[in-house]
Formats: sequence, C-alpha cells, structure tokens
Amino acid sequence: MTVKLDERKDMKTTTNIESRTKEDHQKKTAVEESEVFQVSDLNLWYGSDQALYKINMAIPEKRVTAIIGPSGCGKSTYLKALNRMVEMIPIVKTSGTIKYRDKNIYEDKFHVEELRAKVGMVFQKPNPFPKSVYDNVAYGPRVHGIKKKAILDEIVEKSLRDAAIWDELKDRLDENAYGLSGGQQQRVCIARALAVEPDVILMDEPTSALDPISTLKVEELVQELKKKYSIVIVTHNMQQAARISDKTAFFLNGELIEFAETDELFQNPSDKRTEDYITGRFG
Amino acid sequence: MLEHKERPINRKVKRRLWLNAIMKTGFFAATLIGLIFLALLLYRVLNQGIGYLSWDYITSFPAPFPEEAGIWAGLVGSIMLMVIVAAIAVTIGVATAIYLEEYAPKNKFTEFIRANIQNLAGVPSIVFGLLGLTFFVYMFSIGYRLLAGGLTMALLILPVIVVASQEAVRSVPNELREASYGMGASKWQTIARIILPAALPGMLTGTIIALSRAIGETAPLIIVGAATAIYTLPDSLLSKYTVMPIQIYNWTGRPQEEWQYVAAAGIIVLLVVLLMMNAIAVGIRNKFQKRL
Repeated sequence: MTVKLDERKDMKTTTNIESRTKEDHQKKTAVEESEVFQVSDLNLWYGSDQALYKINMAIPEKRVTAIIGPSGCGKSTYLKALNRMVEMIPIVKTSGTIKYRDKNIYEDKFHVEELRAKVGMVFQKPNPFPKSVYDNVAYGPRVHGIKKKAILDEIVEKSLRDAAIWDELKDRLDENAYGLSGGQQQRVCIARALAVEPDVILMDEPTSALDPISTLKVEELVQELKKKYSIVIVTHNMQQAARISDKTAFFLNGELIEFAETDELFQNPSDKRTEDYITGRFG
Repeated sequence: MLEHKERPINRKVKRRLWLNAIMKTGFFAATLIGLIFLALLLYRVLNQGIGYLSWDYITSFPAPFPEEAGIWAGLVGSIMLMVIVAAIAVTIGVATAIYLEEYAPKNKFTEFIRANIQNLAGVPSIVFGLLGLTFFVYMFSIGYRLLAGGLTMALLILPVIVVASQEAVRSVPNELREASYGMGASKWQTIARIILPAALPGMLTGTIIALSRAIGETAPLIIVGAATAIYTLPDSLLSKYTVMPIQIYNWTGRPQEEWQYVAAAGIIVLLVVLLMMNAIAVGIRNKFQKRL
C-alpha cells in the first residue's frame, strides 16, 4: 500500500497538467454522459489464438479514455477493432458487437470507409505520406471528394491550428513532411486525422516514438482536443494515462479487468490485478 | 600471465586478416573477369563497326552491297515494337501485380499463381515464339505482322514486369497503407494516391530491365516472322517489320567479310539505344525518388 501512495505522489508532481485535467473532469462529471462506442461481448481471434475475451465497455463522448496494460494484453488490438483497422490482418475473426453512435459497425450497410472518416486514428510511429505538409493534411478531405482549393486551404489551416503546429509550419507547407522532426511529423499526422472532422480520435501509443518535449506537446494537444473530440488513447505509460485521461481501462491477457474514472482507478483500484500493475509489481 | 594469453589471440587476428586479404583478391578477380570480357566485346565491336557507322548507315534501308546497307528499318522497327510491347506489358503487368499484392486473398491459390509467374520468367524465349506463332499468327490470323511480334514479346516480358512490380508494391511501407485506410480512403484511392506513386521507381526499373531484354531478343521474332530484308518502314500495326537483332543476325550469316563490319555497326546502334533507354529510366527514377 505504501508503495502505491508514493507512486501517486510521483505522478502528481510530474506535471501540472494533471491539476487541469482534474478540474475539467469535475466539470464534466456533473453533465450527463453520452457514449460514442458501446462494445458488447467482443471476442477477437488471430487465427486460433484468442486475443480479446468478452470485452464490454462504453466509451464516453468528449472525454479522454486511456487504455493501459502490459505488452501483448490486447490494448492495441482493441483500439484497432474500434475502427476495424484490425482487419488489415486477414486472419482476424471477431464476435460480439461494437456500436458506434448506435450503429453496428460490422453491419454490411455501414461501410468501413464511412466509419473511419468518423473515427480517425493516430499511429504509434509518425507515418506521414511522402508528400508536402499541405498534401498530407489535405489527403483526407480530398479522398472524401473535396476538390476546391479555397476550401482545402481553409481546412488545412484549421487542422494545423487545431494540432498546434500552424505557427511552426505555416511557411513550410510545401516542404516534404519527411523532412520534419519526429514530434512535428506526429502533430502533422494528428492534423491529418483532424482534417476529415472526425468524431472520435483513436491514438495508438502516439508518443512512444517521441522525445519528452514533443511528448509534452502532444499531451497538451490531447487536452485541447477533448473539447471537440472523443479520444481513446492506448499508452504503455501509466503516468501519461494518469496525466491526460478522464477514464482509464486496464487490460490484462485480453481481458478488460477494470474500467473506471482515472482518479478512481489509480487511487482506489477495485481489482487486485489492477493494483499490482499500477504499483509496478508486474508488467 | 597476460602475455601468455595475448599470443594466441594475436596469431588468430593475423590469420583472419590474411584470409580476408585472400577473399578480397578472389572477389576482385571474379569482378575483373566480367569486366575484361565486356571490354573485349566492346573493343571488337567498336573496332569492326565504327568504320561503317555513319549517318547514312543509320538512315539507310538494307541493300545488296555492304557499303550501301543501313539499319534504318531495324531501328524504327525495334522502337515501334518496344512501344507496343511496353504499352501492353506494363498495363497488364502492373495491374496483375496490384491485384496479386493488394486485392487477392492471401491463400494457397494466390501463392501458387505467384510462384508460377516467377517460373514463367525463366521459360526460354523460343517457347514464347512458338506460343505467339500458334495464337497470334495463326489462330487470331494476324499473320507475320508487327502486332503479332509485339504481342509475343509482351507475353515474353510480362512475367518479369509482374514480378518486379510486385516487389515494388510490397516494398511500400505498411504504415502508409494504414494511414490511408485510417482516413477512410478506399482501396483504389489508396493504391492510386499512395501505393502507385511510391512503387513507381521500382516498377520503372523492372520495366526497363525487361524492355532491355526484349530489344535484344531474336529467337521468338524469327518464329513469328519478322522480315529479314525490308525496304519500307512499318506504318501500321499490321505492317511487315524487322528489328535490329534480326537484321544483325542476318548480316553475320553472310559469307563476305564486310558484312561482319556492317553487323558490328548494327550492334553499336543497338547498344546506344539500350544505353539511352537505361538513361531515361534512371532519369525518371531519380525525379520520382526526389519527391519521396
């Protein structure tokens, strides 16, 4: 128990972001919560290996939901199931339902392209296209049929502003995104995801390839973005989860062990395994 | 104690360095053998052919006398044939590669097709000549015309282009696909906007290598009936035609010594055309790679 208290103190002193998070969070809890995703009895297999077991989880709107757990616990798999990116691997099979805004995402009438326009994704490794910054951000709108230069200009500027990178890059829009630093690339990727005006943004360990300063910038950005978007973030970094999220889910061996308000989960975990994990006894 | 230990290690270092020197010499010698024969070939061809090479030679039709003979019909025929071959083989080859890599289900059947395309790339060209004769010349009754030659040569290099294009498509990082699909792009949008531009340099390289093989090919064209002496340029897909290698082959078969020099001059022209094709390929590739 004492170990746990120490850890918590550590987390509080690491950054001042957390205090802000808490304020936001208290404001939010007063408002009635609505959900963007309703996951029921989700099972997922890679071939004959089961990776997810009976996941039931509702993801709230306009809040940051963090998913933590040791490597191989299924947290990234779960995240990628939400926009069906997990199907890029052909041997994947699923059962159960995932409802996005009351629509079953596995129903034939609901195209995966529509879903992904609404549920954007930011990946672990910054993955800009080998194109200019402008063309990167304009990629999504163009794919969805916007051709007018004036509209694209507007979207690109707005998205880069929202991703807090407009001031750095406004004179370098024609430069190849490969020439940017890792942190800038990742924020361009976030801007690219914002450009299609998604409803939810999934982030798969978005800061694991970044240096601490870039990490801080992305974390601050997440705090800004949750005013407009619902965010689900997978992280292997518990301090990060504690700093930036409102709700936290703990996954272990493909099962959802605990899902609660972040403060609740870190200060007063109801499951022994959660407690062991967040106090550093394993993982 | 320490000295005792160091000695055997030192000896081993010397032995390893010695072995390294031997291997280096061996590999260099192997490289040299290739270079020497290439130099000999160039020397022989240039020595024999350069005297006959002139603007007149390039722009003249074949003639009964060595001094008047030229490669014009073969040069134009080769270039026209390559245009037809490239148009057909690249279209079908790239489309096949995209289907196999991006659309086809990953199963044993796809694997089987893939393996067999690779095998096809190793089939002797004369076999393709017979295939062309059976199908294009007789069955589709095209006759001994430019189109039949083009189709046959396109089939010949198709496997090479498919394999090279597959490699190029496969080498596009998966993160780029994920990024595109993650934005809600369809498969075709992802292919057209992300995968093809990134794979283009590799595809071009493969195409040029394949065309370089085709432009020097003689056997299948003899079978599908490229003419050996022709005094007009092909003016349609259904014209009679000849190509440089056939012209050269025909000249080398003649008894008078002068014809050997005429043939050598033809080889120089063929080599120059080849080098120009490669230069164009490298140029295009560099241009596209800079954008990456």
